[in-house]
Amino acid sequence: MSQEYSAATIAHFTEPRNVGAVEDPDGKGSDANPSCGDRTTITIRLRDGRVEAARFRTFGCTAAIAAASALTDLAIDRTADEAATIDPGDLIRVLGGLPTRKEACALMAVGALRAALIDAKVKKSSASIQAAKATGG
Amino acid sequence: MKRVYLDHAATTPVDPEVAEAMARVFREVPGNPSSIYAEGRAARALVDRARDEVASALGATPAEIVFTSGGTEADNLALRGTLKARRWENKEGPGLVISTIEHHAVLDTAEDLERHAHVRVTRVGVDREGRVDPADVERALGDGTVLVSIMHGNNEIGTLQPIERIGAICRERGVTFHSDAVQTVGALPFDVRRIPVDLVSVNAHKFYGPKGVGALYVRKGTRVATMQTGGGQEKGRRTGTENVAGIVGLGTAMRLAAERRDAESARQARLRDRLIAGVRTRVPDAILNGHPTERLPNNASFCFPGTQGEALVIALDLEGFSASSGSACTSGNTEPSHVLLALGLEPSVAQGSLRLTVGRETTEADVDALLHALPPIVERLRSISAVPV
Repeated sequence: MSQEYSAATIAHFTEPRNVGAVEDPDGKGSDANPSCGDRTTITIRLRDGRVEAARFRTFGCTAAIAAASALTDLAIDRTADEAATIDPGDLIRVLGGLPTRKEACALMAVGALRAALIDAKVKKSSASIQAAKATGG
Repeated sequence: MKRVYLDHAATTPVDPEVAEAMARVFREVPGNPSSIYAEGRAARALVDRARDEVASALGATPAEIVFTSGGTEADNLALRGTLKARRWENKEGPGLVISTIEHHAVLDTAEDLERHAHVRVTRVGVDREGRVDPADVERALGDGTVLVSIMHGNNEIGTLQPIERIGAICRERGVTFHSDAVQTVGALPFDVRRIPVDLVSVNAHKFYGPKGVGALYVRKGTRVATMQTGGGQEKGRRTGTENVAGIVGLGTAMRLAAERRDAESARQARLRDRLIAGVRTRVPDAILNGHPTERLPNNASFCFPGTQGEALVIALDLEGFSASSGSACTSGNTEPSHVLLALGLEPSVAQGSLRLTVGRETTEADVDALLHALPPIVERLRSISAVPV
C-alpha cells in the first residue's frame, strides 16, 4: 500500500465521486498546474443559489484526482457563496493531509471550483442584463 | 498480497550469495586494506580479488578498475576527472560532447562544468527511438573536444546506443570516450577489448549487488585527475578507505552476472517481448518508448495518452505491482522526463509514461498478472481525465 497518501486520499483516487461533466452547466471552471501539466475542469449546476450538482474531470496525479473528487463532494448542497470560501487547507484536512509537494493539487481543485462559481455568477448577471434589455427596463 | 516487482532498472534485490559474501566480510575481516599487518592484508586480498572479478567480467586488467560509491560517482569522476586533467589543452576551454538523454549524473555534471569550469558542452540529440546518430557525434567534435560521453543503455526507455561506432570515431579523432553502462553491464556482454571505450561507469545494485558501490573502468593511459584528496587509495584516483564489504559484493555480483548472463538475459528478453506484445494488444493506442529491437533485455517503456504516470504507478502499487514512471511528480520532480521530451513526444503524452523492468525473479505468471491489471487502470484514469484521447 502507498504510505505516502492517507486512506481518505486513496479512497477518493480509487473510487472518485462526481466524475464527468454536468449537462448544461450554470458554471464551468478550469485550473492547471503549469509546473507539471496537471489540469482539472469542474462544472456546476445551481438551484436557488445552492450547488445542486458538481462534477469534475482531472488529468493528473493521485492527489489531483482525489482533491477534485473530495472538493466536489464538499461543494454540493452548499450555497455558492459558501462553496467559494472552501480553501485548500479545508480540502487537505478532508483528505487526511497531503504530502507537502502535493499541496498544489488542492490549490488547483479549489481554483477550478472558484472559476466555475464565478462563471455562474457572470452568466447569471449577463442573463439578467439581457432580460432587462429585452423588456426595455 | 504477493507483490510483483517490475522496477529492476531502479534497483535489484541483493543476490543471497552476494549478501552472504558481504556478511562474511563484516563478521570476519575487520582490517583496513592499507594496513600492512595480517588483518589489513586479509582485507587487501578481498579487495584485490573483487578487482580481478570486475576486471575479468569487462575484459580489463585489474589496474584499470577504480572502485567508487556507485554510478553517479563513476560518471562524475569520468567527466570531472578528464576535464580537470586536460583543462589547459584549449584556450577557449576544453570541449565535452554528450547526448540529450544521458542520466542526470552526466547531464547535470556537464551543466555544472559548463557553468563553473569553462567547459564547452555540445549536446547531441536522438531520433524518435532514442538513438544517437554517430555522424552527429562526429560533427560535434571540434578542435578542443577532449571527451565524449554517451550512455550504453538508457535507463528510462531502454534504447541501446551504437557505442562501438561512436567509440571508433572518437579513437580516430584522439578524443577520450566515456560510456555510462550502468544499465547494461551485468545484462549484456561488455568487453573493453572489443569496444573502443576509455571510461566505463558500473553500478553494483543494478545487477543484484549492494547499493553504494560501483566502479569506473579507466583504460590504461587515459588521464583522469582525482576529484578528492586524501590517503591516496585506488592509486590516488579515488582516495578514501575502501568499502571492503561493498567491493566484495560488487565483485561477487559481477562474477555471478557474467556466469548467468546469456541464459538469463535471453529469458528476460522473452518476458519483455511478452509484456510489450500483451500491452499493445490490450491497450492498442499505447506508445512503446525506445527502439523496438535495440533495447535492454528487461525494459518495456510505454506512454498511455490521457493518463498521468504517477497515478498509474500508485494505482498499480495498490494492486501489488511496483513500476515507475519517468514523468512528472513521481520523485518530487515536476518536469516531464527529459528523455521522453527528447524523443519528440508531446509533454502531455510524456506525462503518461510507465516503465516496467523485469528481473531474475520475474515469471511469466507475473507478466500475465500485470497484463491483467493494467488495462482497467488505464481505462479508469482515462475516464477521469480531462484530456480527450
